[in-house]
Amino acid sequence: MARGMVIIGAGECGGRAALALRDLGYDGPVTLVGDEPHLPYERPPLSKEAMASDAPEIKAIASDDLLAEKSIRHLHSVRAVAIDRAAHEVRLSDGSSLSYDKLLLATGSTPRKLPMPGLGARCVYLRTFADALAIRAHLRPGNRVAVIGGGFIGLELAASARKLGSSVTVIEAQPRILMRGVPAEIAAVVHDAHVAQGVDILCGDGIAAIADNGKEVCVTLAGGREITADLAIIGIGAVPVTGLAAEAGLAIDNGISVDAQLLTSDPDIFAAGDCCSFPLAVYGGRRVRLEAWRNAQEQGALAARNMLGAGEAHADVPWFWSDQYGLSLQIAGLTDEGRTMVRRDLGESAFILFHLAGDGRLVAASGIGPGNAVARDIRLAEMLIARRASPAPEALGSPEVKLKALLAA
Amino acid sequence: MSDWVEACAADDIDEEDVMRFDHGGRTFAIYRSPDDEFFATDGLCTHEKVHLADGLVMDDIIECPKHNGRFNYKTGAARGAPVCVNLRTYPVKVDAGKVLIQIG
Repeated sequence: MARGMVIIGAGECGGRAALALRDLGYDGPVTLVGDEPHLPYERPPLSKEAMASDAPEIKAIASDDLLAEKSIRHLHSVRAVAIDRAAHEVRLSDGSSLSYDKLLLATGSTPRKLPMPGLGARCVYLRTFADALAIRAHLRPGNRVAVIGGGFIGLELAASARKLGSSVTVIEAQPRILMRGVPAEIAAVVHDAHVAQGVDILCGDGIAAIADNGKEVCVTLAGGREITADLAIIGIGAVPVTGLAAEAGLAIDNGISVDAQLLTSDPDIFAAGDCCSFPLAVYGGRRVRLEAWRNAQEQGALAARNMLGAGEAHADVPWFWSDQYGLSLQIAGLTDEGRTMVRRDLGESAFILFHLAGDGRLVAASGIGPGNAVARDIRLAEMLIARRASPAPEALGSPEVKLKALLAA
Repeated sequence: MSDWVEACAADDIDEEDVMRFDHGGRTFAIYRSPDDEFFATDGLCTHEKVHLADGLVMDDIIECPKHNGRFNYKTGAARGAPVCVNLRTYPVKVDAGKVLIQIG
């Protein structure tokens, strides 16, 4: 009898992989192991919709009924503590063991910790639903929130906190917000939207000290300024969860190192999602690690296909979005691959920047606008990027030239 | 059966494209296929209530602008993660250059 498929990590990636195995017709045992007490759920709403609700609920990827219908065994509130690669067994924190034919590590990432003394109960990170509930409990009119880190998580939470009437100060050590991967022109739109909503954004000043007495937090900046808050939300990036893989002797390289088929250095162990680094075909095999919802989903599905022997290489273009106030930002591709930019105005203050490599190839597109104003063109740009197209810059810059026409060319 | 409601002029929608139509507190999406037929579905994605009319039409697929959920707009069938609930579709006819949908 088949030992079956074991998936460690019941987030977007692991959850999608489990469902995909069944959709592909696999009929052996499928076990999904998660350390949280919930059904597999979507994390993107945690910084947005969950904050907007008085009684946040998880947005489940699969209900209990669906898991039962698909014969997916979901073990919750339990961690994988060791992999015995020779025996093809995973040992769990409750003392039990699981045998596998193929193993998928979808262990995700965890918030990067602020390496500084003085942090206490009023200093929080966001990763899980429990984290979201803890943050939500502090967001109300009159409360003061300090957001440490001007990245997406911090800024989305800043917007959510403002909507609930808290006063918000964003502290970013870099000269501007969204330094990583977002062009200055787009970051400026986000910056202005926050300022217009009353958020105080402090850039270019690092943190010298934090003092948390359990009732309030005092953040002292290197320049001497002090910010006192009821809650400090720390969003300074994430690190891949690789401990289990490293202990098992799997290759690690900015995450669990996998090949284009998401295979680790063990032929029966795959890794996918936030926890792995992989060669990105669209940029000539550049090794990257992505912390993005759609990547988790796509890689979960790809891992499932390859666990069943498809031997398929990853070919997707990275894609990312963020919602703050009424604005939506979308990015296809990695903007640091570009050397020049071409701007296309879409009206209603929406615009897209096309990022071109030195040889004229379209390598990324980033856009921002109200609602979903940029979505369609970003999606078309993503297809052009996947085709390694080199559209004429004049055409990209002219709103009257339809991107769909460029795709047909 | 309910009456037919005029949604737009046929010329308002390009081939292989979509348009939003609001009526009676509800929102719909009207499609023109590459082979020049018209279709109508509920206007909001079944995943997170996003307006599908901001999405991309490719052949007989509408893709949600937010999370890339895909539906066949001719049948309403959901085509994979993250969407799993089908879209409701509505009868459509074109009369004297006007697109009419039957809202049940």
